[in-house]
Amino acid sequence: MMLIDPHAHMTSRATEDYQAMAAAGVVALIEPAFWLGQPRTNVGSYFDYLSGLIGWERFRAGQFGIRHYCTMGLNSKEANNEELADGVMEILPRFALKEGVVAIGEIGYDEQTDLEDKYFRLQLELAKELDLPVMIHTPHRDKKRGTSRSMDVCEEHGVLPSKVVIDHNNEETVDEVLDRGYWAAFSIYPSTKMGNVRMVDILRRYGSERIIVDSACDWGISEPLAVAKTAQLALENGLPEEHVRGACYANALSAYGQSGQMKEEDWLNPPAIDQRTLFEGNSILRGGREPVVVQERSAGSLESLLID
Amino acid sequence: MNPNTLIQSWLDRQLPESAGQWLTEQLARSRSEPSRSNIQILLGLAPRKLGREDLMLRPSDHAAADRARHGWDPTGWTVDQAARIVGLAEHAVTCNDFPQFFTYLCRSADVQEAIALYQGLPLYPQPDQLEPQAGEGLRTNLRSVFEAVAHRSPYPREQFDDNRWNQMVLKALFIDSELAPIQGLDQRANPELARILCDYAHERWAAGRPISPELWRCVGPYADDNALADFERLIDTGTDTERRAAALALSSNPDARVQPLKARVREHVLAVEAGTLSWRSLAGTG
Repeated sequence: MMLIDPHAHMTSRATEDYQAMAAAGVVALIEPAFWLGQPRTNVGSYFDYLSGLIGWERFRAGQFGIRHYCTMGLNSKEANNEELADGVMEILPRFALKEGVVAIGEIGYDEQTDLEDKYFRLQLELAKELDLPVMIHTPHRDKKRGTSRSMDVCEEHGVLPSKVVIDHNNEETVDEVLDRGYWAAFSIYPSTKMGNVRMVDILRRYGSERIIVDSACDWGISEPLAVAKTAQLALENGLPEEHVRGACYANALSAYGQSGQMKEEDWLNPPAIDQRTLFEGNSILRGGREPVVVQERSAGSLESLLID
Repeated sequence: MNPNTLIQSWLDRQLPESAGQWLTEQLARSRSEPSRSNIQILLGLAPRKLGREDLMLRPSDHAAADRARHGWDPTGWTVDQAARIVGLAEHAVTCNDFPQFFTYLCRSADVQEAIALYQGLPLYPQPDQLEPQAGEGLRTNLRSVFEAVAHRSPYPREQFDDNRWNQMVLKALFIDSELAPIQGLDQRANPELARILCDYAHERWAAGRPISPELWRCVGPYADDNALADFERLIDTGTDTERRAAALALSSNPDARVQPLKARVREHVLAVEAGTLSWRSLAGTG
């Protein structure tokens, strides 16, 4: 089964993660601009980070036959540094219209401060102006209220729910997000976000309509094979293949494909120019073989498909 | 015809009417009200509006390109790249700090855009002022960006000093890029480069790794005694392709000391003299 990981911070990952993801069937991923684990002190380092997402990181992914897309945005933590935030808002339009930029994101709230609110709203306006989807990071703390508030603000600014992916959902937030017409993404991230046993339960209860699975893998203890492992676990538990395909591939493509910058033919039939410059193609898939979900890796434990 | 007019005529010929019209309007706007924001919109939207097909060129187009700008070779360009280059080349004429602006654009470019920016180097004004940024282009880890500077362009031959030139040639070998598409290889050969390349060959031999036969092209004309020993080794232990490379390299050196070595690869030297063996045919690029 072809898979998409629509939330993966690959600049923080090692090359062998790309190899393992490609071997497990990941054909495309989306790397949202985010907080690097410590704050940037000036707009110059933010500028270089954004240009790395569309440059070197995309090339790195292409070497393994994985199509790399990204989202551009000012994250909520760094929105609290006003000088930096103003600088980032100035350069965002230059980066948001690059090839393969599929959304403004990840944006939203962290501590739900006034400055976070200010730059969240400014970026929603930018997304509207550029006709791009939005990827929303919901806060770790005071999550339920922060999630509701994020959707309230989107509606206040006239951003359509069908163009907004609400990410990092859990059992407590999913009902409201789906009821209000948004895409509901779940990050399968050990300990702090969702585990994949719980995710399979959600798919069993809700089906796959507007539900998206991602890894959110980054510099923490996280799992770049989270989408692949969740897909396999769901199939082993007897969930219908079309639901697994929807949540682990097709819905992400539909949601972020609204940007016009992400198409299935990008990996099924890449243009010659890309094969010369960016993308090595995926011989595993082109050869028609079923990809292996879990490949031997030199680091980490492979004993279990389960991520708790 | 000047290069900008030529590029526009090729695009007019190839693009669907609506796409061609969009480009014409953008270029007209860029001329009537030149501004950074107008040119950045053109650069950003070109692939979305025009697609990314290969630019289709006839043999006569290549001849016209060379007449318009000596050495200019648009082989391998795509339509969006061509549109970006012509847009920027036009903008550059009225831009009062183009070198700084060019640097800014390169720093904030995606890969396809960076390739276009560097491919256009032979066509921009103030070429000497752009040299430091061209050097940045060579420092990339992306082979396609490196080749946008180095390959099929008269710019490196005209603007780079020996140090930059030598580093470019060495890096091309290092990243498995071909030398044959670099213009001016024979004219810009120099003793320092020959020494650097021989050292590099020794490293490769020591590691048991293959050496591109093209390496010897830049060694031949300046072969000192050490290099002659390397050619001897190449002829004694090399592959057939390496013996051909030795014949080609030694043929570029009129010194009497190379004669005994040439005699040992005589059939290939004769092929060089007959014109049936060249660096281009050796590299498989025609």
